[in-house]
Amino acid sequence: MGNDKIIEIDHVSFKYDAEWIVQDVDLSIEKGQFLGLVGPNGSGKSTLIKLMLGLVKPDQGNIRLFGQELRHFNQWQEVGFVSQKANSFNSGFPATVLEVVKTGLVSRIGAFRFFNRKHKEKAMKALEIVEMEDYAESSIGELSGGQQQRVFIARALVSDPSLLILDEPTVGVDAKHVANFYDLLAKLNREQDISLLMVTHDIGTITEHATHVACMNKSLHFHGISEEYKGFEEGNLNQLYGHSVQPLTHNHHHEVKHS
Amino acid sequence: MIESFFQYQFLQNAAITGMLIGIVAPLLGVFIVVRRLSLIADALSHITLTGIAASLLLEKKVSAVQDLNPVYMGMVFSVGGAILIEKLRKVYKHYEELAIPIILSGGIGLGVLLISLADGFNTDLFSYLFGSVTAVTRSNMWTVLIITIVVITIVILFYKELFVLSFDEEHASISGVNGKWIHLLFIVMVALVIASAMQVVGILLVSALMTLPVAAALRIAASFKQTIGLSIAFGELSVILGLYTSYHLSVPPGGTIVLTAIIILMMSMLYKKVRNQLYIKGETI
Repeated sequence: MGNDKIIEIDHVSFKYDAEWIVQDVDLSIEKGQFLGLVGPNGSGKSTLIKLMLGLVKPDQGNIRLFGQELRHFNQWQEVGFVSQKANSFNSGFPATVLEVVKTGLVSRIGAFRFFNRKHKEKAMKALEIVEMEDYAESSIGELSGGQQQRVFIARALVSDPSLLILDEPTVGVDAKHVANFYDLLAKLNREQDISLLMVTHDIGTITEHATHVACMNKSLHFHGISEEYKGFEEGNLNQLYGHSVQPLTHNHHHEVKHS
Repeated sequence: MIESFFQYQFLQNAAITGMLIGIVAPLLGVFIVVRRLSLIADALSHITLTGIAASLLLEKKVSAVQDLNPVYMGMVFSVGGAILIEKLRKVYKHYEELAIPIILSGGIGLGVLLISLADGFNTDLFSYLFGSVTAVTRSNMWTVLIITIVVITIVILFYKELFVLSFDEEHASISGVNGKWIHLLFIVMVALVIASAMQVVGILLVSALMTLPVAAALRIAASFKQTIGLSIAFGELSVILGLYTSYHLSVPPGGTIVLTAIIILMMSMLYKKVRNQLYIKGETI
Protein backbone atom coordinates (compact mmCIF):
# COMPACT_ATOMS: atom_id res chain seq x y z
CA MET A 1 0.00 0.00 0.00
CA GLY A 2 2.73 2.43 0.90
CA ASN A 3 0.55 4.78 2.93
CA ASP A 4 -0.53 4.47 6.53
CA LYS A 5 -4.20 5.10 5.95
CA ILE A 6 -6.29 2.80 8.12
CA ILE A 7 -9.67 4.06 7.01
CA GLU A 8 -10.38 5.73 3.71
CA ILE A 9 -13.87 7.07 3.18
CA ASP A 10 -14.15 8.16 -0.41
CA HIS A 11 -17.10 10.47 -1.25
CA VAL A 12 -19.57 8.33 0.65
CA SER A 13 -23.30 9.10 0.73
CA PHE A 14 -26.10 7.19 2.39
CA LYS A 15 -29.84 7.79 2.42
CA TYR A 16 -32.59 6.34 4.55
CA ASP A 17 -35.94 6.34 2.78
CA ALA A 18 -35.65 9.52 0.73
CA GLU A 19 -33.55 11.48 3.20
CA TRP A 20 -29.80 11.83 2.91
CA ILE A 21 -28.18 10.95 6.24
CA VAL A 22 -24.58 11.10 5.07
CA GLN A 23 -23.67 13.33 2.14
CA ASP A 24 -20.46 13.07 0.16
CA VAL A 25 -18.15 12.49 3.12
CA ASP A 26 -14.48 12.26 2.30
CA LEU A 27 -12.39 11.34 5.32
CA SER A 28 -9.37 9.26 6.18
CA ILE A 29 -7.62 8.18 9.35
CA GLU A 30 -3.94 7.47 9.50
CA LYS A 31 -2.10 5.08 11.76
CA GLY A 32 -1.54 6.40 15.28
CA GLN A 33 -4.21 9.08 15.09
CA PHE A 34 -6.90 9.68 17.67
CA LEU A 35 -9.74 11.17 15.67
CA GLY A 36 -12.73 12.70 17.42
CA LEU A 37 -15.83 12.72 15.21
CA VAL A 38 -18.25 15.41 16.37
CA GLY A 39 -21.51 16.89 15.19
CA PRO A 40 -25.02 17.62 16.40
CA ASN A 41 -27.64 14.94 17.05
CA GLY A 42 -28.85 13.32 13.87
CA SER A 43 -25.82 14.51 11.94
CA GLY A 44 -25.07 11.03 10.66
CA LYS A 45 -22.06 10.27 12.91
CA SER A 46 -23.29 6.87 14.03
CA THR A 47 -24.42 6.05 10.50
CA LEU A 48 -20.95 6.83 9.22
CA ILE A 49 -19.58 4.35 11.78
CA LYS A 50 -22.06 1.72 10.64
CA LEU A 51 -20.97 2.31 7.07
CA MET A 52 -17.33 1.83 8.05
CA LEU A 53 -18.15 -1.42 9.81
CA GLY A 54 -20.16 -2.72 6.88
CA LEU A 55 -23.35 -2.86 8.95
CA VAL A 56 -25.06 -0.70 6.29
CA LYS A 57 -24.04 -0.25 2.66
CA PRO A 58 -23.34 3.17 1.14
CA ASP A 59 -25.53 4.42 -1.71
CA GLN A 60 -22.58 6.21 -3.24
CA GLY A 61 -18.85 6.18 -2.71
CA ASN A 62 -16.33 3.74 -1.48
CA ILE A 63 -14.81 2.67 1.84
CA ARG A 64 -11.48 0.98 2.40
CA LEU A 65 -10.19 -0.51 5.64
CA PHE A 66 -6.46 -1.15 5.90
CA GLY A 67 -6.21 -0.60 2.15
CA GLN A 68 -8.81 -3.24 1.35
CA GLU A 69 -12.21 -2.66 -0.19
CA LEU A 70 -14.79 -3.02 2.56
CA ARG A 71 -16.74 -5.76 0.81
CA HIS A 72 -13.60 -7.87 0.56
CA PHE A 73 -12.32 -6.98 4.01
CA ASN A 74 -12.10 -9.92 6.37
CA GLN A 75 -9.50 -8.87 8.94
CA TRP A 76 -12.16 -7.94 11.47
CA GLN A 77 -9.87 -8.83 14.37
CA GLU A 78 -7.95 -5.64 13.48
CA VAL A 79 -11.01 -3.55 14.31
CA GLY A 80 -12.34 -3.20 17.84
CA PHE A 81 -15.77 -1.62 18.21
CA VAL A 82 -17.48 -0.26 21.30
CA SER A 83 -21.06 0.44 20.39
CA GLN A 84 -23.34 3.10 21.74
CA LYS A 85 -25.69 0.26 22.46
CA ALA A 86 -23.13 -1.52 24.62
CA ASN A 87 -24.70 0.16 27.63
CA SER A 88 -28.23 -0.86 26.77
CA PHE A 89 -27.67 -4.60 26.60
CA ASN A 90 -29.98 -6.95 28.49
CA SER A 91 -28.55 -6.46 31.99
CA GLY A 92 -30.21 -9.67 33.16
CA PHE A 93 -28.11 -11.65 30.70
CA PRO A 94 -26.52 -14.55 32.58
CA ALA A 95 -22.89 -14.12 31.60
CA THR A 96 -19.68 -13.40 33.45
CA VAL A 97 -17.33 -10.58 32.49
CA LEU A 98 -14.86 -13.16 31.20
CA GLU A 99 -17.48 -14.81 28.96
CA VAL A 100 -18.38 -11.43 27.48
CA VAL A 101 -14.76 -10.43 26.84
CA LYS A 102 -14.06 -13.76 25.13
CA THR A 103 -16.74 -13.03 22.51
CA GLY A 104 -14.32 -10.40 21.19
CA LEU A 105 -12.22 -13.32 19.94
CA VAL A 106 -14.92 -14.91 17.81
CA SER A 107 -13.65 -13.38 14.57
CA ARG A 108 -10.05 -14.36 15.37
CA ILE A 109 -10.89 -17.96 16.27
CA GLY A 110 -13.11 -18.64 13.26
CA ALA A 111 -15.81 -21.25 12.73
CA PHE A 112 -15.70 -24.81 14.08
CA ARG A 113 -13.05 -23.97 16.69
CA PHE A 114 -13.50 -23.69 20.40
CA PHE A 115 -12.49 -21.34 23.18
CA ASN A 116 -9.43 -22.66 25.00
CA ARG A 117 -7.06 -21.74 27.81
CA LYS A 118 -5.05 -19.38 25.59
CA HIS A 119 -8.18 -17.40 24.82
CA LYS A 120 -8.93 -17.13 28.50
CA GLU A 121 -5.44 -15.76 29.14
CA LYS A 122 -5.87 -13.21 26.35
CA ALA A 123 -9.19 -12.13 27.83
CA MET A 124 -7.58 -11.74 31.27
CA LYS A 125 -4.84 -9.59 29.75
CA ALA A 126 -7.41 -7.35 28.07
CA LEU A 127 -9.17 -7.04 31.43
CA GLU A 128 -5.88 -6.04 33.04
CA ILE A 129 -5.44 -3.21 30.53
CA VAL A 130 -8.81 -1.75 31.56
CA GLU A 131 -8.12 -2.64 35.23
CA MET A 132 -11.12 -4.95 35.53
CA GLU A 133 -9.29 -8.25 36.12
CA ASP A 134 -10.73 -8.60 39.62
CA TYR A 135 -14.23 -8.75 38.17
CA ALA A 136 -13.59 -11.57 35.68
CA GLU A 137 -16.05 -13.92 37.34
CA SER A 138 -18.68 -11.30 38.20
CA SER A 139 -22.01 -11.17 36.39
CA ILE A 140 -21.91 -8.47 33.74
CA GLY A 141 -25.28 -7.11 34.88
CA GLU A 142 -24.06 -6.46 38.42
CA LEU A 143 -21.42 -3.92 37.38
CA SER A 144 -21.82 -0.15 37.27
CA GLY A 145 -22.15 1.68 33.95
CA GLY A 146 -18.51 2.77 33.99
CA GLN A 147 -17.31 -0.74 34.79
CA GLN A 148 -19.44 -2.23 32.03
CA GLN A 149 -17.98 0.31 29.64
CA ARG A 150 -14.49 -0.92 30.55
CA VAL A 151 -15.53 -4.51 29.99
CA PHE A 152 -16.80 -3.66 26.51
CA ILE A 153 -13.52 -1.93 25.76
CA ALA A 154 -11.71 -5.07 26.93
CA ARG A 155 -13.91 -7.08 24.57
CA ALA A 156 -12.90 -4.76 21.74
CA LEU A 157 -9.21 -5.01 22.73
CA VAL A 158 -8.97 -8.76 23.18
CA SER A 159 -8.36 -9.50 19.51
CA ASP A 160 -5.33 -7.10 19.51
CA PRO A 161 -6.91 -4.61 17.10
CA SER A 162 -4.88 -1.81 15.58
CA LEU A 163 -7.99 0.35 15.31
CA LEU A 164 -10.57 1.00 18.01
CA ILE A 165 -13.88 2.61 17.07
CA LEU A 166 -16.02 4.01 19.88
CA ASP A 167 -19.55 5.34 19.38
CA GLU A 168 -20.57 7.76 22.14
CA PRO A 169 -18.80 5.68 24.78
CA THR A 170 -19.22 8.18 27.60
CA VAL A 171 -23.02 8.34 27.47
CA GLY A 172 -24.36 7.01 30.76
CA VAL A 173 -20.95 7.10 32.46
CA ASP A 174 -20.67 9.57 35.33
CA ALA A 175 -18.37 12.59 35.04
CA LYS A 176 -15.80 11.24 37.52
CA HIS A 177 -15.24 8.15 35.39
CA VAL A 178 -15.17 10.06 32.12
CA ALA A 179 -11.79 11.54 33.09
CA ASN A 180 -10.40 8.05 33.84
CA PHE A 181 -11.87 6.88 30.60
CA TYR A 182 -9.95 9.45 28.57
CA ASP A 183 -6.76 8.50 30.42
CA LEU A 184 -7.36 4.92 29.39
CA LEU A 185 -7.83 5.95 25.75
CA ALA A 186 -4.63 8.00 25.84
CA LYS A 187 -2.79 4.97 27.24
CA LEU A 188 -4.13 2.73 24.45
CA ASN A 189 -3.24 5.29 21.83
CA ARG A 190 0.33 5.87 23.03
CA GLU A 191 1.41 2.65 24.72
CA GLN A 192 -0.47 0.05 22.70
CA ASP A 193 -0.16 2.02 19.46
CA ILE A 194 -3.86 1.68 18.74
CA SER A 195 -5.47 4.20 16.39
CA LEU A 196 -8.71 5.57 17.74
CA LEU A 197 -11.90 6.88 16.22
CA MET A 198 -14.37 8.20 18.73
CA VAL A 199 -17.83 9.59 18.03
CA THR A 200 -18.97 12.08 20.61
CA HIS A 201 -21.16 15.12 21.08
CA ASP A 202 -18.85 16.28 23.87
CA ILE A 203 -16.90 18.76 21.75
CA GLY A 204 -15.01 20.48 24.57
CA THR A 205 -13.46 17.35 26.05
CA ILE A 206 -12.62 15.63 22.80
CA THR A 207 -10.54 18.53 21.49
CA GLU A 208 -8.40 18.29 24.62
CA HIS A 209 -7.66 14.61 24.07
CA ALA A 210 -7.88 13.74 20.39
CA THR A 211 -5.05 14.45 17.97
CA HIS A 212 -7.50 15.19 15.15
CA VAL A 213 -11.10 16.29 14.93
CA ALA A 214 -13.65 15.83 12.19
CA CYS A 215 -16.92 17.68 12.36
CA MET A 216 -19.92 16.65 10.31
CA ASN A 217 -23.53 17.52 9.82
CA LYS A 218 -24.54 15.14 7.06
CA SER A 219 -21.58 16.43 5.07
CA LEU A 220 -18.11 16.98 6.46
CA HIS A 221 -17.49 20.54 7.68
CA PHE A 222 -14.05 20.26 9.18
CA HIS A 223 -11.20 17.79 9.34
CA GLY A 224 -7.83 18.66 10.83
CA ILE A 225 -5.72 18.68 13.96
CA SER A 226 -7.43 19.53 17.23
CA GLU A 227 -5.70 22.88 17.72
CA GLU A 228 -7.05 24.16 14.44
CA TYR A 229 -10.54 22.93 15.27
CA LYS A 230 -10.88 25.38 18.14
CA GLY A 231 -10.45 28.25 15.72
CA PHE A 232 -12.91 26.73 13.30
CA GLU A 233 -15.44 26.16 16.04
CA GLU A 234 -15.57 29.79 17.08
CA GLY A 235 -16.32 31.01 13.59
CA ASN A 236 -18.62 28.28 12.35
CA LEU A 237 -20.51 26.68 15.18
CA ASN A 238 -23.62 28.77 14.62
CA GLN A 239 -23.68 27.98 10.97
CA LEU A 240 -23.15 24.32 11.69
CA TYR A 241 -25.65 23.83 14.43
CA GLY A 242 -28.22 26.38 13.23
CA HIS A 243 -28.70 29.97 14.19
CA SER A 244 -30.50 29.56 17.49
CA VAL A 245 -27.70 27.62 19.07
CA GLN A 246 -25.36 28.70 21.79
CA PRO A 247 -22.52 26.70 23.25
CA LEU A 248 -23.08 26.17 26.96
CA THR A 249 -20.52 25.23 29.53
CA HIS A 250 -21.39 22.81 32.30
CA ASN A 251 -18.71 21.96 34.81
CA HIS A 252 -15.74 21.02 32.73
CA HIS A 253 -17.41 19.74 29.64
CA HIS A 254 -19.21 21.56 26.91
CA GLU A 255 -22.59 20.84 25.50
CA VAL A 256 -24.51 22.31 22.67
CA LYS A 257 -28.13 22.95 23.36
CA HIS A 258 -30.91 24.04 21.11
CA SER A 259 -32.78 26.91 22.66
CA MET B 1 -41.96 -48.04 38.20
CA ILE B 2 -38.41 -49.41 38.08
CA GLU B 3 -39.67 -52.99 37.75
CA SER B 4 -42.29 -52.07 35.21
CA PHE B 5 -39.67 -50.14 33.33
CA PHE B 6 -37.83 -53.33 32.43
CA GLN B 7 -41.08 -55.15 31.84
CA TYR B 8 -42.88 -52.79 29.48
CA GLN B 9 -41.39 -51.44 26.32
CA PHE B 10 -43.78 -48.48 26.15
CA LEU B 11 -42.45 -47.25 29.50
CA GLN B 12 -38.87 -47.50 28.26
CA ASN B 13 -39.83 -45.56 25.15
CA ALA B 14 -41.49 -42.79 27.14
CA ALA B 15 -38.81 -42.60 29.83
CA ILE B 16 -35.84 -42.55 27.46
CA THR B 17 -37.54 -40.09 25.09
CA GLY B 18 -38.46 -37.93 28.08
CA MET B 19 -34.91 -37.93 29.40
CA LEU B 20 -33.51 -36.97 25.98
CA ILE B 21 -36.02 -34.12 25.76
CA GLY B 22 -35.06 -33.12 29.28
CA ILE B 23 -31.59 -32.36 27.91
CA VAL B 24 -32.29 -30.66 24.59
CA ALA B 25 -35.41 -28.66 25.43
CA PRO B 26 -33.74 -26.62 28.22
CA LEU B 27 -30.46 -26.47 26.23
CA LEU B 28 -32.17 -24.65 23.37
CA GLY B 29 -34.45 -22.96 25.90
CA VAL B 30 -31.52 -21.01 27.37
CA PHE B 31 -30.87 -19.31 24.02
CA ILE B 32 -34.60 -18.75 23.46
CA VAL B 33 -35.09 -17.12 26.86
CA VAL B 34 -32.07 -14.80 26.73
CA ARG B 35 -33.09 -13.68 23.25
CA ARG B 36 -36.60 -13.00 24.60
CA LEU B 37 -38.21 -15.33 22.12
CA SER B 38 -40.06 -17.49 24.65
CA LEU B 39 -43.31 -17.26 22.68
CA ILE B 40 -41.75 -18.81 19.59
CA ALA B 41 -41.90 -22.18 21.33
CA ASP B 42 -45.65 -21.72 21.80
CA ALA B 43 -46.21 -20.73 18.18
CA LEU B 44 -44.24 -23.74 16.94
CA SER B 45 -45.99 -26.18 19.24
CA HIS B 46 -49.37 -25.04 17.95
CA ILE B 47 -48.34 -25.42 14.34
CA THR B 48 -47.13 -28.91 15.28
CA LEU B 49 -50.72 -29.65 16.32
CA THR B 50 -51.83 -28.63 12.83
CA GLY B 51 -49.44 -31.20 11.41
CA ILE B 52 -50.75 -33.88 13.76
CA ALA B 53 -54.33 -33.06 12.75
CA ALA B 54 -53.41 -33.14 9.06
CA SER B 55 -51.83 -36.54 9.54
CA LEU B 56 -54.84 -37.94 11.42
CA LEU B 57 -57.13 -36.65 8.68
CA LEU B 58 -55.00 -38.19 5.94
CA GLU B 59 -55.02 -41.52 7.72
CA LYS B 60 -58.78 -41.44 7.96
CA LYS B 61 -59.67 -40.24 4.49
CA VAL B 62 -56.94 -41.63 2.28
CA SER B 63 -56.77 -45.37 2.41
CA ALA B 64 -53.29 -45.42 0.88
CA VAL B 65 -51.92 -43.61 3.93
CA GLN B 66 -51.98 -46.07 6.77
CA ASP B 67 -49.81 -46.39 9.86
CA LEU B 68 -48.43 -42.94 9.31
CA ASN B 69 -47.06 -41.76 12.63
CA PRO B 70 -48.50 -38.26 13.14
CA VAL B 71 -45.32 -37.13 14.90
CA TYR B 72 -43.43 -36.92 11.61
CA MET B 73 -46.06 -34.76 9.96
CA GLY B 74 -45.98 -32.62 13.11
CA MET B 75 -42.24 -32.18 12.63
CA VAL B 76 -42.69 -31.14 8.99
CA PHE B 77 -45.26 -28.52 9.97
CA SER B 78 -43.16 -27.29 12.89
CA VAL B 79 -40.08 -26.80 10.72
CA GLY B 80 -42.24 -25.15 8.02
CA GLY B 81 -43.69 -22.83 10.65
CA ALA B 82 -40.21 -21.98 11.90
CA ILE B 83 -39.07 -20.96 8.43
CA LEU B 84 -42.28 -18.94 7.95
CA ILE B 85 -41.66 -17.09 11.23
CA GLU B 86 -38.18 -16.15 10.02
CA LYS B 87 -39.61 -14.88 6.72
CA LEU B 88 -42.35 -12.90 8.48
CA ARG B 89 -39.82 -11.32 10.84
CA LYS B 90 -38.13 -9.86 7.78
CA VAL B 91 -41.42 -8.61 6.31
CA TYR B 92 -42.28 -6.83 9.58
CA LYS B 93 -38.81 -5.55 10.43
CA HIS B 94 -40.07 -3.15 13.06
CA TYR B 95 -42.64 -5.54 14.55
CA GLU B 96 -40.68 -8.76 14.65
CA GLU B 97 -42.86 -10.29 17.39
CA LEU B 98 -45.91 -10.07 15.07
CA ALA B 99 -44.69 -13.21 13.33
CA ILE B 100 -45.44 -15.23 16.46
CA PRO B 101 -49.21 -14.54 16.81
CA ILE B 102 -49.66 -14.85 13.03
CA ILE B 103 -48.20 -18.36 13.02
CA LEU B 104 -49.79 -19.30 16.33
CA SER B 105 -53.35 -18.32 15.37
CA GLY B 106 -52.92 -19.55 11.83
CA GLY B 107 -51.78 -22.90 13.20
CA ILE B 108 -54.72 -23.24 15.57
CA GLY B 109 -57.20 -22.07 12.92
CA LEU B 110 -56.06 -24.62 10.39
CA GLY B 111 -55.69 -27.23 13.13
CA VAL B 112 -59.31 -26.84 14.28
CA LEU B 113 -60.54 -27.11 10.70
CA LEU B 114 -58.55 -30.29 10.08
CA ILE B 115 -59.58 -31.82 13.41
CA SER B 116 -63.27 -31.23 12.62
CA LEU B 117 -62.88 -32.72 9.15
CA ALA B 118 -61.27 -35.75 10.80
CA ASP B 119 -64.46 -36.12 12.88
CA GLY B 120 -63.39 -34.33 16.00
CA PHE B 121 -61.31 -35.09 19.07
CA ASN B 122 -60.43 -38.60 20.06
CA THR B 123 -58.12 -40.13 22.64
CA ASP B 124 -55.16 -39.87 20.28
CA LEU B 125 -55.54 -36.15 20.04
CA PHE B 126 -55.96 -35.81 23.78
CA SER B 127 -52.60 -37.50 24.35
CA TYR B 128 -50.95 -35.11 21.91
CA LEU B 129 -52.37 -32.14 23.80
CA PHE B 130 -51.28 -33.22 27.28
CA GLY B 131 -48.65 -35.85 26.67
CA SER B 132 -48.74 -39.57 27.21
CA VAL B 133 -46.60 -42.33 28.65
CA THR B 134 -48.05 -44.88 26.27
CA ALA B 135 -48.03 -43.11 22.91
CA VAL B 136 -44.29 -43.10 22.26
CA THR B 137 -43.24 -45.84 19.87
CA ARG B 138 -39.80 -47.35 19.61
CA SER B 139 -39.23 -45.69 16.24
CA ASN B 140 -40.24 -42.31 17.76
CA MET B 141 -37.66 -42.92 20.45
CA TRP B 142 -34.89 -43.55 17.91
CA THR B 143 -35.89 -40.43 15.98
CA VAL B 144 -35.67 -38.35 19.14
CA LEU B 145 -32.28 -39.89 19.93
CA ILE B 146 -30.97 -38.85 16.53
CA ILE B 147 -32.41 -35.35 16.93
CA THR B 148 -30.79 -35.09 20.37
CA ILE B 149 -27.37 -36.07 19.04
CA VAL B 150 -27.65 -33.65 16.11
CA VAL B 151 -28.81 -30.77 18.32
CA ILE B 152 -26.09 -31.27 20.93
CA THR B 153 -23.41 -31.51 18.23
CA ILE B 154 -24.59 -28.33 16.52
CA VAL B 155 -24.80 -26.39 19.79
CA ILE B 156 -21.25 -27.45 20.72
CA LEU B 157 -19.91 -26.62 17.25
CA PHE B 158 -21.61 -23.23 17.11
CA TYR B 159 -21.51 -22.42 20.82
CA LYS B 160 -19.51 -19.22 20.51
CA GLU B 161 -21.55 -18.02 17.54
CA LEU B 162 -24.85 -18.73 19.30
CA PHE B 163 -23.59 -17.03 22.44
CA VAL B 164 -22.34 -13.87 20.72
CA LEU B 165 -25.55 -13.66 18.65
CA SER B 166 -27.64 -13.91 21.81
CA PHE B 167 -25.63 -11.35 23.72
CA ASP B 168 -25.02 -8.73 21.06
CA GLU B 169 -26.23 -9.19 17.49
CA GLU B 170 -24.37 -6.14 16.18
CA HIS B 171 -21.08 -7.36 17.61
CA ALA B 172 -21.73 -10.81 16.12
CA SER B 173 -22.19 -9.25 12.73
CA ILE B 174 -18.88 -7.36 12.99
CA SER B 175 -17.21 -10.57 14.13
CA GLY B 176 -18.12 -12.12 10.80
CA VAL B 177 -20.79 -14.42 12.25
CA ASN B 178 -23.43 -15.22 9.65
CA GLY B 179 -26.43 -14.49 11.85
CA LYS B 180 -29.01 -15.33 9.22
CA TRP B 181 -27.89 -18.91 8.74
CA ILE B 182 -27.17 -19.64 12.37
CA HIS B 183 -30.55 -18.25 13.34
CA LEU B 184 -32.33 -20.38 10.75
CA LEU B 185 -30.41 -23.46 11.86
CA PHE B 186 -31.32 -22.68 15.45
CA ILE B 187 -35.02 -22.21 14.84
CA VAL B 188 -35.19 -25.42 12.81
CA MET B 189 -33.60 -27.25 15.77
CA VAL B 190 -36.20 -25.68 18.06
CA ALA B 191 -38.97 -26.88 15.75
CA LEU B 192 -37.64 -30.44 15.75
CA VAL B 193 -37.21 -30.52 19.52
CA ILE B 194 -40.73 -29.18 20.06
CA ALA B 195 -42.23 -31.84 17.82
CA SER B 196 -40.19 -34.47 19.70
CA ALA B 197 -41.09 -33.19 23.15
CA MET B 198 -44.77 -32.97 22.31
CA GLN B 199 -45.19 -36.74 22.55
CA VAL B 200 -44.25 -36.77 26.20
CA VAL B 201 -45.29 -33.39 27.61
CA GLY B 202 -47.99 -32.49 25.11
CA ILE B 203 -48.40 -29.57 22.78
CA LEU B 204 -49.87 -27.21 25.34
CA LEU B 205 -46.98 -27.64 27.76
CA VAL B 206 -44.01 -28.12 25.50
CA SER B 207 -42.86 -24.50 25.78
CA ALA B 208 -42.85 -24.85 29.57
CA LEU B 209 -40.08 -27.44 29.37
CA MET B 210 -38.03 -24.98 27.32
CA THR B 211 -38.55 -22.01 29.61
CA LEU B 212 -39.29 -23.04 33.23
CA PRO B 213 -35.96 -24.83 33.92
CA VAL B 214 -34.18 -21.81 32.39
CA ALA B 215 -36.18 -19.41 34.52
CA ALA B 216 -35.08 -21.38 37.62
CA ALA B 217 -31.44 -21.51 36.50
CA LEU B 218 -31.38 -17.74 35.86
CA ARG B 219 -32.09 -17.13 39.56
CA ILE B 220 -28.99 -19.02 40.62
CA ALA B 221 -26.38 -19.16 37.86
CA ALA B 222 -23.56 -16.61 37.55
CA SER B 223 -22.25 -17.58 34.13
CA PHE B 224 -23.81 -18.61 30.84
CA LYS B 225 -22.33 -22.08 31.01
CA GLN B 226 -23.69 -22.53 34.52
CA THR B 227 -27.11 -21.42 33.27
CA ILE B 228 -27.01 -24.13 30.61
CA GLY B 229 -25.85 -26.78 33.08
CA LEU B 230 -28.46 -25.94 35.70
CA SER B 231 -31.24 -25.65 33.12
CA ILE B 232 -30.51 -29.15 31.86
CA ALA B 233 -30.30 -30.50 35.41
CA PHE B 234 -33.65 -28.92 36.32
CA GLY B 235 -35.24 -30.06 33.05
CA GLU B 236 -34.05 -33.61 33.60
CA LEU B 237 -35.27 -33.64 37.21
CA SER B 238 -38.68 -32.35 36.09
CA VAL B 239 -39.02 -35.05 33.45
CA ILE B 240 -37.95 -37.93 35.72
CA LEU B 241 -40.03 -36.93 38.74
CA GLY B 242 -42.92 -35.90 36.49
CA LEU B 243 -43.00 -39.17 34.57
CA TYR B 244 -42.76 -41.15 37.81
CA THR B 245 -45.74 -39.41 39.41
CA SER B 246 -47.65 -39.47 36.14
CA TYR B 247 -47.28 -43.24 35.95
CA HIS B 248 -48.31 -43.82 39.57
CA LEU B 249 -51.24 -41.41 39.54
CA SER B 250 -52.33 -42.39 36.02
CA VAL B 251 -52.50 -38.79 34.84
CA PRO B 252 -51.00 -37.28 31.66
CA PRO B 253 -47.26 -36.63 32.17
CA GLY B 254 -47.46 -33.10 30.74
CA GLY B 255 -49.16 -31.84 33.88
CA THR B 256 -46.88 -33.57 36.38
CA ILE B 257 -43.69 -32.61 34.51
CA VAL B 258 -44.64 -28.95 34.32
CA LEU B 259 -45.79 -28.85 37.95
CA THR B 260 -42.46 -30.35 39.01
CA ALA B 261 -40.69 -27.67 36.99
CA ILE B 262 -42.82 -25.01 38.71
CA ILE B 263 -41.88 -26.40 42.14
CA ILE B 264 -38.19 -26.31 41.17
CA LEU B 265 -38.65 -22.73 39.98
CA MET B 266 -40.22 -21.71 43.30
CA MET B 267 -37.42 -23.41 45.22
CA SER B 268 -34.78 -21.59 43.19
CA MET B 269 -36.47 -18.27 43.93
CA LEU B 270 -36.58 -19.11 47.62
CA TYR B 271 -32.93 -20.17 47.51
CA LYS B 272 -31.93 -16.85 45.98
CA LYS B 273 -33.89 -14.95 48.62
CA VAL B 274 -32.37 -16.87 51.51
CA ARG B 275 -28.88 -16.59 50.06
CA ASN B 276 -29.25 -12.84 49.60
CA GLN B 277 -30.39 -12.41 53.17
CA LEU B 278 -27.54 -14.49 54.53
CA TYR B 279 -25.17 -12.46 52.39
CA ILE B 280 -26.49 -9.17 53.74
CA LYS B 281 -26.20 -10.49 57.30
CA GLY B 282 -22.67 -11.67 56.64
CA GLU B 283 -21.79 -8.23 55.34
CA THR B 284 -23.05 -6.36 58.40
CA ILE B 285 -21.33 -8.65 60.93
